[in-house]
Amino acid sequence: MTFEKFLFYVFAIFLVGAAVMVITRKNPVHSALWLVLAFFNSAGLWMLAEAEFLAIALVLVYVGAVMVLFLFVVMMLDINIAELRAGFVRNAPVAILVAMAMVVELIVVVGPQRFGLASVAPPPAKPADYSNTEELGLALFTEHLYAFEIAAVILLVGIIAAISLTMRKRPETKYQDPAKQVNVKAKDRLRVIKMDSEG
Amino acid sequence: MIALSDYLIVAAILFSLSVAGIFLNRKNVILLLMCIELMLLAVNINFIAFSYFLGDTAGQVFVFFILTVAAAEAAIGLAILVVLFRNRRTINVADLDTLKG
Repeated sequence: MTFEKFLFYVFAIFLVGAAVMVITRKNPVHSALWLVLAFFNSAGLWMLAEAEFLAIALVLVYVGAVMVLFLFVVMMLDINIAELRAGFVRNAPVAILVAMAMVVELIVVVGPQRFGLASVAPPPAKPADYSNTEELGLALFTEHLYAFEIAAVILLVGIIAAISLTMRKRPETKYQDPAKQVNVKAKDRLRVIKMDSEG
Repeated sequence: MIALSDYLIVAAILFSLSVAGIFLNRKNVILLLMCIELMLLAVNINFIAFSYFLGDTAGQVFVFFILTVAAAEAAIGLAILVVLFRNRRTINVADLDTLKG
């Protein structure tokens, strides 16, 4: 067994183990943390498949941003875990059955007799000065430029949607409106009235 | 050497696990979102493996786009979740019956 193969098995076993922990933990915070481990290990797998840029992007974008977002939301919501766990044991046999059936079927389809080393040979090793980032950038900014721009628009829509969904005006909070403060006139505040002196 | 089928089998196991996770945690919207992230990860592993073994960068470009869309989806999904919790004080899927569907 080569060192590469050994690394592959380590990453794969940790990935599957972390995924099992994600779906079985009681506390959503623990699930989120196990999901972080799953993302790290799949970044390792991508590294082995020579997709270095995407491996780093996965760690930065997912572990650094998306999972932190998940953790924030999980900790912000005061949820009743016991109520959400109802039916866990009852659904477990069905879930295991469906998962086992899917694994067996998928392995029959994509197993070693069709996609093994004999039918799909591994590519020759890249030269030492090969840059995956450069290669990806060349493909992204020439052939797939239009899709790249659409992806940018999708992110913009995501930002606007997330902000507009969660922003709210609380009627009970008191706040100052600088525009109104600047535009105020003396006659709005002070009224001079004529009246006889009291005495 | 690592074969293409090794990557595909890992991705298949991961995908099936996340389907099982959707069955197990079908009351909890947060766990459902996490399972969807795991599914997208499994699909991405397939794309990367094929891109490596067929020597075509297009697969990696697609992974890039899937990551983008998944990040936007997670952001909007969690925003909807926060609004939902603010209005209903629950994230139990069984209680979300306002639309009477």
